[in-house]
Amino acid sequence: MARSLGFIIVLLAVTSICDAVAIFHPISESHRSAALELFSPAAGSFSGLEEAYEALRTFEVLGIEKPDTKDHTCNSVVDTLSSSSSNLKDLYHSLRVNGLLKCKTSKEALTGTVSRLKGGVKEATTLLDYYYSVGGLLLVKDQSSEVDVLLGNADGILRSIKALSQSDGRWRYSSNNPASSTYAAGVALETLSGVISLAASAIDENLIGTLKNDIVKLFDSIEKYDDGAYYFDDKVIDASGHQGPLSATSAVVRGLTTFASTSGTLNVLYTIPEEKILGLARFFLGVGVPGNSKDLVSVPLILSLPATVLSLTSNDKLKVRVNTVLGSIAPPLSVKLMQVFSSGSKDAPVLKEELKFDPKEAIHTMDALPEGVDIGEYVFAFEIVLSDPEDKRKYATGGRTKVPIHVTGVVGVDNAKLTLLEGDSVESEKKLNLPGKNDVALSANHLQKLHLSFLLTTPLGKPFKPHQALFKLRHETGVEHIFVVGNSGKQFKIALDFLGLVEKFFYLSGQYDIELIVGDAAMENSFLQPLGYVELDLPKVPEKATRPPSQAVDPYLRYGPKAEINHIFRVPEKRPPQEVSFAFLGLVFVPFLVFLIGLLRLGVNLKNFPTSTVPATFAILFHGGIAAVLLLYVFFWLKLDLFTTLKALGVIGIFLMFVGHSTLSHIASVSVKVKSA
Amino acid sequence: MGKSPTTKDDAQALFQSLRSAYSATPTNLKIIDLYVVFAVFTALVQVVYMAIVGSFPFNSFLSGVLSCVGTAVLAVCLRIQVNKENKEFKDLPPERAFADFVLCNLVLHLVIMNFLG
Repeated sequence: MARSLGFIIVLLAVTSICDAVAIFHPISESHRSAALELFSPAAGSFSGLEEAYEALRTFEVLGIEKPDTKDHTCNSVVDTLSSSSSNLKDLYHSLRVNGLLKCKTSKEALTGTVSRLKGGVKEATTLLDYYYSVGGLLLVKDQSSEVDVLLGNADGILRSIKALSQSDGRWRYSSNNPASSTYAAGVALETLSGVISLAASAIDENLIGTLKNDIVKLFDSIEKYDDGAYYFDDKVIDASGHQGPLSATSAVVRGLTTFASTSGTLNVLYTIPEEKILGLARFFLGVGVPGNSKDLVSVPLILSLPATVLSLTSNDKLKVRVNTVLGSIAPPLSVKLMQVFSSGSKDAPVLKEELKFDPKEAIHTMDALPEGVDIGEYVFAFEIVLSDPEDKRKYATGGRTKVPIHVTGVVGVDNAKLTLLEGDSVESEKKLNLPGKNDVALSANHLQKLHLSFLLTTPLGKPFKPHQALFKLRHETGVEHIFVVGNSGKQFKIALDFLGLVEKFFYLSGQYDIELIVGDAAMENSFLQPLGYVELDLPKVPEKATRPPSQAVDPYLRYGPKAEINHIFRVPEKRPPQEVSFAFLGLVFVPFLVFLIGLLRLGVNLKNFPTSTVPATFAILFHGGIAAVLLLYVFFWLKLDLFTTLKALGVIGIFLMFVGHSTLSHIASVSVKVKSA
Repeated sequence: MGKSPTTKDDAQALFQSLRSAYSATPTNLKIIDLYVVFAVFTALVQVVYMAIVGSFPFNSFLSGVLSCVGTAVLAVCLRIQVNKENKEFKDLPPERAFADFVLCNLVLHLVIMNFLG
């Protein structure tokens, strides 16, 4: 509900004043679908008349075909209007819906409504009471000319509403509530304008004069965003919840415009600073609310630059485009470059140079940059001058527009040379080609000095001091030394006395790569260039010398992907070819065969095997038992575990002991008999 | 030259006497001897296999060879106890010796099987 309220309030604020003149409607399909999603009538009707009004009004503004809810909604409108128990708020909302739907209402019902509304005005104690009853009367006035809605005691009503105003231009909702609110100010202004238009007799001019003062004071409390958007904020939380900047601002704008139009005091709007009105427009546009340029009293003109970085070297032209806020073409006008501030300075001579207008592209151009503008950062101040004085009422130019401009160019690097000195005599001198490829190869010892010098000049021949002018020496081991190249005017110079630097260099002899960095945002030819190398021969490291710092670990190495872990699996043992194994399997049986053949040759027999039934059974069981144990062992090898095997072995073992004992004792007794026989 | 035929003859005579003496051995002892030879040769086959191929499943090799050697040793023990000429074991019936042999073999092979892997 709060969401839809905000949506509708803003929509109404920017469209209600002048619907007839529609120049530009940036309403897209997304707005429509959002509105339909927001106001989807449940079961053919809206939940209340207030929501019904919001939905119908939104659909009307957005040009959406209304869902067929008219019958149901009209019934509740007529019910509310003819019921004697409905309160002022309900009456107000049903009249608003009626204004849109044009339901069939009887004259009697309207007359009754009017008398109740008038009674409401008389007995009103709070601002909202006034708002609903006066608003209701205004609506009746629009809907029916047959009913007398004029208020007799308009001056008195105005005074009692005015009594709720505060000294800072805001209003209270009721006399016993000390908190003042900006939203209430907007509501009050709208109510007041309603009273003025309903007044039966002329209104006291002094009263309107004080109201104008209130409006001016109210604009003192306006707040500002960084982007230049102005808005009203409301800190009061009332019964209907917190009113955000959007509803507060739209209430004030709506109240202000209705008040200005009904009280015949349009000039009150011109007392408000132009930039605040522009800022309000910016606020509503920033919120993404579709609006109508006419709502803003005067259409703001926006000055924009296609490019704010201009190159001196390629002679870029200063181009300025002027549009209305909503993107349409500006009226005939001229753009003047008033001042050029170089970065940091607050003062600059007034130039008043007019830019040439190119009607084809609708762009104002300046062929050459103003004199004295060299590379660097500037702030250009422009002013829009409307050609037709009549336009001044329609368009707001927003005064002076300041645009930061960056001017870039190629900086000349001259007289660059690298010198090696021994004492004061020049050992060797190398001219450098900057920016360009250089290949210096020097060798020096700690008693010598290295000099580097070059000139930097801007395209206009002035000295140029870049953000960075650094000289870098890097040892083979990665130890770096950076020196700032100082300047005096155009001349940049650095002298390295190796004797004083020995300690700083950690006594590290060897090859040092030389790099020169000259860079600036405004310098088109910024460079970082290797110049070559110098072979340094420094004294030996004394014992107490500090060690060179260990090189920082490259963060990419530290946090980058780690080396892949290769899992080492056990390499399967080398196995012989199957044929070999099978051959040996066969070989194992050879001794067994030999054993069998040997047995045969020895003439082995089974004569001792018992022949009578019982001992024979025992003997067979004995051999069977041994076979069972061996079979159990095979199973143990193949799948059983030790415990199962031992259990089974226990059982078989006891059996085997018994059987074996009986068998063997039988054989023993037989052999004893044979012996004794 | 003259010496070698003598040696050969001596050796022949030695083997002759050995064979004649051995033929007098009772058959049951010959069976045990044959069994010992069989076990030793089986062990030898396995050792040769290991020498050719490598000792990779070393536990298997060990259990195979030890099974044979153990059996051979036990058979030798049996032979000692069964031999009637050994007065030491005169009171011990051969059936009892055989029962010991079977029991020891079963225990040995339980361990062997456990070790076989």
